[in-house]
Amino acid sequence: MLKLESATIRNGSFTLTADLTVPDSTTIAVIGPSGAGKSTLIEGIAGFLPVTQGRITWDGTDITGHPPGSRPVAMLFQEDNLFPHLTLAQNVGLGLSPNLRLSQGDKTRVTAALERVGLAGMDTRKPGELSGGQRSRAALARVMLQDKPLLLLDEPFAALGPALRMEMLDLLAEIAGETGATLLMISHAPEDARRITTQAILVANGTAHALQPTADLLDDPPPVLRDYLGS
Amino acid sequence: MAALIFGALLAVALRAETGRGFNAADWAALRFTLVQATLSALFSVLLAIPVARALARRRFRGRSLLIALLGAPFILPVIVAVLGLIEVFGRGGWVSAALGTLGLPPVQIYGLHGVVLAHVFFNLPLATRLVLQGWQEIPAERFRLAALLGIDGWSMFRVIELPMLLRLVPGAFTVIFAICLTSFAVALTLGGGPRATTIELAIYQAFRFDFDLGRAALLSAVQLGLTVFAGGIALWLARGEGFGSGLDRGLRRFDGKTTTARCIDALFIGVAAVFLLVPLMAIALSGLPGFADMPGQVWTAALTSLWVAALSTVLLLCMALPMTTAIATERGRMVEIAGLLGLAASPLVIGTGLFIAIRPYANPQAFALPVTALVNAITVLPFALRILVPRARDIVARQGRLGLSLGMAGLPFLRHVLLPRLRPQIGFAAGLAAALSMGDLGVITLFADPDVATLPLQIYRLMGSYQMEAAAAASFLLLILSFGVFWLLDRGGHRHAET
Repeated sequence: MLKLESATIRNGSFTLTADLTVPDSTTIAVIGPSGAGKSTLIEGIAGFLPVTQGRITWDGTDITGHPPGSRPVAMLFQEDNLFPHLTLAQNVGLGLSPNLRLSQGDKTRVTAALERVGLAGMDTRKPGELSGGQRSRAALARVMLQDKPLLLLDEPFAALGPALRMEMLDLLAEIAGETGATLLMISHAPEDARRITTQAILVANGTAHALQPTADLLDDPPPVLRDYLGS
Repeated sequence: MAALIFGALLAVALRAETGRGFNAADWAALRFTLVQATLSALFSVLLAIPVARALARRRFRGRSLLIALLGAPFILPVIVAVLGLIEVFGRGGWVSAALGTLGLPPVQIYGLHGVVLAHVFFNLPLATRLVLQGWQEIPAERFRLAALLGIDGWSMFRVIELPMLLRLVPGAFTVIFAICLTSFAVALTLGGGPRATTIELAIYQAFRFDFDLGRAALLSAVQLGLTVFAGGIALWLARGEGFGSGLDRGLRRFDGKTTTARCIDALFIGVAAVFLLVPLMAIALSGLPGFADMPGQVWTAALTSLWVAALSTVLLLCMALPMTTAIATERGRMVEIAGLLGLAASPLVIGTGLFIAIRPYANPQAFALPVTALVNAITVLPFALRILVPRARDIVARQGRLGLSLGMAGLPFLRHVLLPRLRPQIGFAAGLAAALSMGDLGVITLFADPDVATLPLQIYRLMGSYQMEAAAAASFLLLILSFGVFWLLDRGGHRHAET
């Protein structure tokens, strides 16, 4: 279970305060107006931004000072989720070993993960030879192998077309379901949030609010969110 | 790095205090250094302006090639260029021969004007690239607007180009002035004598002929003061690096369509191309016949030079890569400054310092080659950092977070991401290091005993004994080797490298 206990996350001169609990195996949308601090929240949990007050705990352990690599977190960014000079197998293999020392068993798992996301036989390709959708699939394969209990996503499929984005979201939800990971996803599209999340965190005016059902929040948005959604 | 440079300077400084102060010859050297650097920078920049203007507004076949060639003097061995200039402008050269047929006396290349001529040969391309960069940075919309308003010719120059030049020229001037201050090989071969001795050359003479370490140290201190001062101003004024990236970008121009403008541009491009290419052709033409029966020492010297170049390249990478990593991951403000120290400390000053430091413990001549390689590496370091650091910063900015989120901090990131992605830049920097070390005629002259020679030193010795044909052939070999090692390493970096 992830807890942000009166945590203040600093991003330059901007600060975001969060006091909330995230139960295990939940799918959560992070929703809020532009510039409200959605990315700040995600990057604070991932360990890229400093927590200046309060603390972040995971299953009771204080992880506030832990570097990103040793947190129970896997993350997908908006872009650049793969190293362009490494093959798909190497990129996915990084999920098992950061220094790429892979045993025979590891290599089999990499191949299987690529197959699972629909990239069978593409082990030796490089990201530059793939389409945007295929690159997203490869990144998902790595997330699968990382097998972290918390999966953070900062609009990873924003650059894809609508149909492809839905496909990726479904694949993402499937993988999260299989590994039992908690999903925390920033989304600008209400239909994305409705599609794969049950809970939502509203981020507005420098505060991340406690969890509430996604459907409730979107059906009856508070004024600050209504202006943003334009409905 | 800093310890090395400061150690060398300290050794020099300690010696300098025992000196007796400046004598008349030292003052003459200081005066000559300043005069030749001023004239060299002045002529280089003045000539560069019309050449760059012509290149900026003309499109013609071979333009990209010509611009690429403007980068070549950077790795061209000084001794080769000097020999080429002698073949063209010397007493027995082409120009003198042409004058002779008209019944005119031959021209003389030795002395102030020869030194300035060689410096302009080396720095006109650099100046042209710096000024051309200024032209390329003028937004295309500006020229479109000027075309709409019917601005052309002189008013174009006044309204758009002059403000850019006023901003840019002082920087270009100081950069070249600073480079010419530390001129050694040119002054050694074309200068000399009480009327044409630079401080750098005076250090060498104090060392080699009088073995007056106190005087060498004093001169080194003066030289250091000069270069730090000029280098500081140059860094402060100069923007851009002049490595020529993006300079062949097409820019549509609507002005300068008159016949006069065309002729003037063609004239300047032609004169610059002839001035830069003819000496090299002269070397090739006179070097080729003697190529087969070069003396054995030349081949030995060539092997020695390859060895020094290889060692120097390895040393450079051993210094540059850790520094690049430290700077790119923002742990290294001080490291960045240490890298710039290489600009301030002239090779002969570091060489003098190392000589003084080694002498109590061992025979410095035994260290001639390693010291040469080391000093060469230090000289290239600032350039290498300018090549490596921006790209490394970019890689860390784009992919650092992904690496961190995968727990790759430290060595795994270095090994699997930073170094592989930096490969083209590493190849380029290594190529520069190898080529510059290959062609360097500097510190080696301080340390070498008569039995040891690098190829440039061997050429200098052949020139000294008037074996001009052998010298030309050896120069041609050096030319091939310098450009060859650069090409190989630069190419190696680009091979199989993905973006």
